[in-house]
Amino acid sequence: MSLKQLTVFVENKPGALVAITDTLAEHKVNIRALSIADTQEFGILRLIVSDNDTALVTLTREGYLIKTTDVVGVKIGDQPGKLSKALAVLDEAGINMEYLYAFMSRTEKHAYVVLRVADNAAAETALEAAGFHLITDVDINKL
Amino acid sequence: MEKRYYQPEIETMPVEEIKKLQSEKLVKQVRHVYDNVPYYRNLMEEKGVTPDDIHGIEDLHKLPFLTKADLRDAYPYGLLAKPLKDCVRIQSTSGTTGRRVVAFYTQHDIDLWEDCCARAIVAAGGTEEDVCQVAYGYGLFTGGPGLNGGSHKVGCLTLPMSSGFTERQIQFMTDLNATILCCTPSYAAYIGETAKEMGLTPDQIPLKAGIFGAEPWTEEMRRGIEAALGIKAYDIYGLTETSGPGVSFECSEQTGMHINEDHFLAEIIDPDTGEVLPEGSKGELVFTALDKEAFPLLRYRTRDICVLTRKPCSCGRTHIKMSKPMGRSDDMMIIRGVNVFPSQIETVLLQEGYQPNYQIVVDRVGNNDTFEVNVEMNPDQFEDTVGGITAREKALADAMKAILGINPKVHLVAPKSITRSEGKAVRVIDKRKLHD
Ligand SMILES: [Zn+2]
Repeated sequence: MSLKQLTVFVENKPGALVAITDTLAEHKVNIRALSIADTQEFGILRLIVSDNDTALVTLTREGYLIKTTDVVGVKIGDQPGKLSKALAVLDEAGINMEYLYAFMSRTEKHAYVVLRVADNAAAETALEAAGFHLITDVDINKL
Repeated sequence: MEKRYYQPEIETMPVEEIKKLQSEKLVKQVRHVYDNVPYYRNLMEEKGVTPDDIHGIEDLHKLPFLTKADLRDAYPYGLLAKPLKDCVRIQSTSGTTGRRVVAFYTQHDIDLWEDCCARAIVAAGGTEEDVCQVAYGYGLFTGGPGLNGGSHKVGCLTLPMSSGFTERQIQFMTDLNATILCCTPSYAAYIGETAKEMGLTPDQIPLKAGIFGAEPWTEEMRRGIEAALGIKAYDIYGLTETSGPGVSFECSEQTGMHINEDHFLAEIIDPDTGEVLPEGSKGELVFTALDKEAFPLLRYRTRDICVLTRKPCSCGRTHIKMSKPMGRSDDMMIIRGVNVFPSQIETVLLQEGYQPNYQIVVDRVGNNDTFEVNVEMNPDQFEDTVGGITAREKALADAMKAILGINPKVHLVAPKSITRSEGKAVRVIDKRKLHD
């Protein structure tokens, strides 16, 4: 049960980001979700893509610093307050969260969040027990 | 441990006798150079010195220096002190800038150079029972020919492999039981990695010792090579201008290299003023060749920064020891009043598990120096959070501060993002306008 995120080191230079998205587009890799954390010197680009292997190989070949990180994908739906509930579940289970970002599915009008937590297995168990639906790499291309 | 020397009477000669020997040789050598090298005679005349002013090593400071620029100006024959018919060999090195350095040798010069290399091999434990694999390049480069000659003098069975063809090197090493390896430290490390990839463990490698030089290397590298090959790794120093490897070499103590003082007279000077510094001071290393015939450089400035110490050594050798060069005098930066050498940064990076791919950027804002170090990250050092990366930057800055005494700002950057010029990384960018 896992969702793979690609994490790419981006230099804080004009055009650095578009070079990455162009490379992915050229190789027909779709970006499903994306977030950037940045400082004055560098940025960390986090991607959920349609084809991890192709993205990893092409970006590595282009010389990017890239790693795969296991994250937790959770379906939030479109009900108000659902995200707060998911966060409360993690909090109660004592699981620390590093970051999260959200995305929408193309097919249904549902929101999803990607969670980077200290303990993936514990988070997954707690969320499922609370009735949340989790998504994996297989699901990503159907959304 | 049994104490063995190649030339015991010279290598363990009492210090006063060494100095007396040096004085006698210097007086003769200055006369030889003055009479045969117009280029140096002119330099002496400009300084108002004649051979009559030189009575011994106490007068050495009166002589003019030679620098790499002189070698360039006098290329190719301007510093030759013997007719070409008396010379039997040239060796050459590419200078970092401009023309190549070409050095000439008489048979006497070759012999004394090979004696120096033989002393290094014996100090590393070599005897006529040993099989010595020379994996330095052969040809114009001094590494291969020098150690090859030294190995013959000791009576080792010599494998003149030259460098490259690493799997074949390892095949010869294991099939013919090579016990001593001579090459550059980076090649020794590469041989170690290749042997591991070939499935060999250190105890399957017959080597017992290695003699490594011709490029800077660190204690961390030494430990890595020793573990990978299951050997003791000894440093050797030299430069084509003074003959080649063997000007100085490490003994069993591994705490600095004994300079072959019967042939090479060493001084440490202040690189800015040229003033001779007392023993134990850090400064630029200067060599005078005491009895080379064809290419006898007097007071040649090596640009290497190091320290000389004459403490009794447990190996029994009495010759003065030089530290591993700590940098090049032309690389030294003064940042916030502190001397900083790129090699110090490199040491910290290796210690902390980074590759030595870095760039130092110095600037001046107002009256303060800014000091930044960009370091390329490996994939396993890349963290997916900002906090993870800044924590790594802070840890590196702290480790650098502990060595340098001043605090740099460290930036981790993407692999291969540091500017390279002709394949070599540009190590230092100094934007300060300190000299008009
Ligand atoms: Zn010693």
